[in-house]
Amino acid sequence: MMAYMLRRVAYALPILIGVNLITFALFFVVNSPDDMARMQLGDKRVTEEAIDTWKAEHGYDQPLFINAQAGGLGVLTQTIFFQKSLKLFAFDFGASDSGRDIGNDIAQRMWPSLAIAVPVLLLGLALNISYALMIIFFRATYVDVGSVVLLVAMMSISSLFYIIGGQFLIGKLLHLVPISGYDTGFEAIKFLILPVIVSVIAGIGTGTRLYRTFFLEEINRDYVRTARAKGLPERVVLFRHVLRNALIPILTGVVAVLPLLFMGALITESFFGVPGLGSYTIDAISRQDFAIVRAMVFLGSVLYILGLILTDISYTLVDPRVRLS
Amino acid sequence: MSLSLGLSGCGDGAWNNPYPASEARAKTVYSAFTEQPKHLDPVRAYSSNEYAFIGQVYEPPLQYHFLKRPYTLVPLTSTAMPEVRYFDAEGAPLPDSAPADQIALSEYRIRLRPGIHYQPHPALARDATGASYLYHHLTPADLRGIEDLGDFAQQGTRELIAEDYVYQIKRLAAPWLHSPIAGLMKKHLLDFAELSERLAEAAPAPVDGVRPFVDLRTVPFRGAEVLDRYSYRIHIKGRYPQFQYWLAMLFFSPMPWEAEAFYAQPGLSERNITLDWYPLGTGAFMLSENNPNLRMVLERNPHFHGETYPSEGMAQDRAAGLLEDAGQPLPLIDKAIYALEKESIPYWNKFLQGYYDSSGIASDAFDQAIQFSAAGDAELTEPLREQGIRLATAVNTSIWYMGFNMLDPILGGDSERARLLRRAITIAVDFGEYISIFANGRALQAQGMIPPGIFGYQEGRAGLNPYIFDWHQGRAERKSIAAARALLAEAGYPDGRDPDTGRPLTLYYEAMDAGPDGKARLNWMRKQFNKLGIELVVRATDYNRFQDKMREGTGQIFMWGWNADYPDPENFFFLLYGPNAKVDGGENAFNYRNPDFDRLFERMRVMDDGPERQALIDAMTEILRRDGPVAFGFFPKAYSLYHQWVGNVKPNLMANNTLKYRRLDPQQRAEQRVAWNPPVLWPLGLLVLLLLLGALPAWQMARRRERSRAL
Repeated sequence: MMAYMLRRVAYALPILIGVNLITFALFFVVNSPDDMARMQLGDKRVTEEAIDTWKAEHGYDQPLFINAQAGGLGVLTQTIFFQKSLKLFAFDFGASDSGRDIGNDIAQRMWPSLAIAVPVLLLGLALNISYALMIIFFRATYVDVGSVVLLVAMMSISSLFYIIGGQFLIGKLLHLVPISGYDTGFEAIKFLILPVIVSVIAGIGTGTRLYRTFFLEEINRDYVRTARAKGLPERVVLFRHVLRNALIPILTGVVAVLPLLFMGALITESFFGVPGLGSYTIDAISRQDFAIVRAMVFLGSVLYILGLILTDISYTLVDPRVRLS
Repeated sequence: MSLSLGLSGCGDGAWNNPYPASEARAKTVYSAFTEQPKHLDPVRAYSSNEYAFIGQVYEPPLQYHFLKRPYTLVPLTSTAMPEVRYFDAEGAPLPDSAPADQIALSEYRIRLRPGIHYQPHPALARDATGASYLYHHLTPADLRGIEDLGDFAQQGTRELIAEDYVYQIKRLAAPWLHSPIAGLMKKHLLDFAELSERLAEAAPAPVDGVRPFVDLRTVPFRGAEVLDRYSYRIHIKGRYPQFQYWLAMLFFSPMPWEAEAFYAQPGLSERNITLDWYPLGTGAFMLSENNPNLRMVLERNPHFHGETYPSEGMAQDRAAGLLEDAGQPLPLIDKAIYALEKESIPYWNKFLQGYYDSSGIASDAFDQAIQFSAAGDAELTEPLREQGIRLATAVNTSIWYMGFNMLDPILGGDSERARLLRRAITIAVDFGEYISIFANGRALQAQGMIPPGIFGYQEGRAGLNPYIFDWHQGRAERKSIAAARALLAEAGYPDGRDPDTGRPLTLYYEAMDAGPDGKARLNWMRKQFNKLGIELVVRATDYNRFQDKMREGTGQIFMWGWNADYPDPENFFFLLYGPNAKVDGGENAFNYRNPDFDRLFERMRVMDDGPERQALIDAMTEILRRDGPVAFGFFPKAYSLYHQWVGNVKPNLMANNTLKYRRLDPQQRAEQRVAWNPPVLWPLGLLVLLLLLGALPAWQMARRRERSRAL
């Protein structure tokens, strides 16, 4: 297994370089270093001299990809791309274009993201599995049909609607929790209730439909028929046999998204005023802060690759037939 | 969920209260910021969202009087207004009445009030003997466990001295600090450009991205010099009366050298402990919590120097209760908490619930908040009035305009043809309609460049732009489209057709709002030109590309705005001063050059306010109206809402330090919050009941299935 993992890590390197290259190219298609300098220095009274100084201070005074004036390896290394990318692979994110330390900001902001993402994942999992099992139990009845219609409707609604609707209903009309905001420590709980509830409800449509499909696949298998033939009640069949086997794709799917929980939820964090990594990324894009955008895309890619590796490993743990080689 | 709701419901007060119950009766202002400040160093900060914080912390020598209008400068840390002396090229003193062209040098002498002290700060903490600073030689071991400025155990203070002001002026010249006004100060401050060059050569290179401390006290600078412990002088090239306004801006705040020495130490920037994030000032407040990701907290500075609430104002201020606190020591509140609130909907709803003390009015909430009376006056809607909310309005010291690039071969230039074409277009583009549709009526149509409240503004018929408007029944009325068409025909474009091609004249509009929100505005603009039969091609792009076009002078028609740095007509007319052309690196985006206008501008900018200056302003306005390089658009109005427990509210669009005047009644606020936010639980009970009712048949069906036999 170790050899397999090392091979996967080796495969990850060109992927990360590629992702970094694409991020870099896309960013600089719409933003020049001059634009970035103006964004940081402000609109008013900015001189060309100030822009040149800012670019030199922040390392944006070199060519983007190819430095034709440099000799030897300098053609590639004395470029913005190389200089800005190299440290990323050592997870040294450096300072943002406005001067704040990115690593420090990420370390601070990942906790609010996790504070929402983990309860949403666990509660959503529990609720979606329970609901899907109930639908399977009542399959081919009005409960099944009604639920599928409801789930499709829920899937069709924009997540923004859930957020604004949730804030309006629970925060504004019922006065049960704060509409938005965040705090540290124990005080954070009252701010997490609404985003967690809204996110869980927003995910019911997709999650339950998916798990219902997994359960339906299992419910017609021979081992289920055998269990029934033995006279086991349907409840026992579902929980002891169908659920256990359907958990394999569910859990491996969950493992894949686990590392990405750090990255936060973009819209949710923004609307609920949660200072997580999702809103950090959105802010950086709107402020044209390339250093943060690049760091977050890189981090997201690393975590995604990590998630895929963990998924492969989890297969071997839950399904003895699978061996990594 | 029940557990969580239970937790949130613990304690007294409303369940949805985002603040700890223990703070319910504290004298704390609750507000929000929608965008993180980029810089809190007064050498760099230049945005309103940055000034909202550091305006309360740093103190330049002058400030704007809180109540007086037009905006009036008064001493803040200085004992009096600066003493200004003039000298000729040989250094001989000149009388105040000397012609501007004889003045080679202006000297501003400023004397500070003794006894002003800085806020508590670790940079100023000294050991028991007072001989050395505790935290100026930090080692990695010292920094263990330090994540925030508040983690330093000791704090200290010291008296404000003249050297601190001189130190900050030198910082403006430091190239690595990227002050946005460095370019401007090079033109005005003696020896400033040379100082900048000297610093660039002498400063050590950054180590790991941090520049080692450069002690600017040792660097000589003729532009600003210390005279004694409490006095300093500034030397300005020639005569520049507007400089007094700069002395009320935060760029000219004091900076103790200890702050730079402290923050330049290795290991602090990795923790985001920098001067750009942790200000050190003498103001009424200090930034006690700085988490731009979550919350910024300003707390009363325990060393604040005993300023009192003003005892004079305008005639109507006493009736409005704005002088009730006259003579009271400032600040009137203890704390201000600014929460990060990016979206307007939650911000608005929390304001209505009483959790923010004040709010602006977003477009989508405008109808909910404001209605117009039969006389056209804006007033609050009934529900807001019932809540005791009050509305404060003020015309901003800014202008939005439509500009013509005077370098353009069709629209630009000094020919009568182009002048008539521009005038016809200006009549057709109905900014009154624009204000009504896109600004909810929150703006005033402009008749010239100068907004109300600034010297030179003319009200009523005297201020009418007769080329575009007629005076009718006591108000300005835009000329008819027929009049515009006649001008167009006179310009050689009958029915808007190009005589060379016989096709509709095609013009190009450079738009900076390419997003979906801007689409309606762009369609509206097309319609305005269609009234004349002109085809308007919109070249929508992002703001960066828009700026590029302006700098290169390749745009044709555009819409842009300007927000005043200081309340002087020079700060608006310089946008049309020939040598300031955008293509030459200035701010004149019209690239307008009129020798008569430039000559008048050069005279006007060095004059003191008075009838002679007003006459020059009127003449300059007349030139602009006749030439029409700009279609004066509108002066936006600021609408702010305040709850009944907030006092001393008077919009002051030039001052940045008005928080210290704010009064609060926290008892009333606490009571209203509870009254307005009772938890409503019955829908939850109903939901549980419905779930149970729904589950009952399902449970029966499940039992039937379990008991049924296979066939």
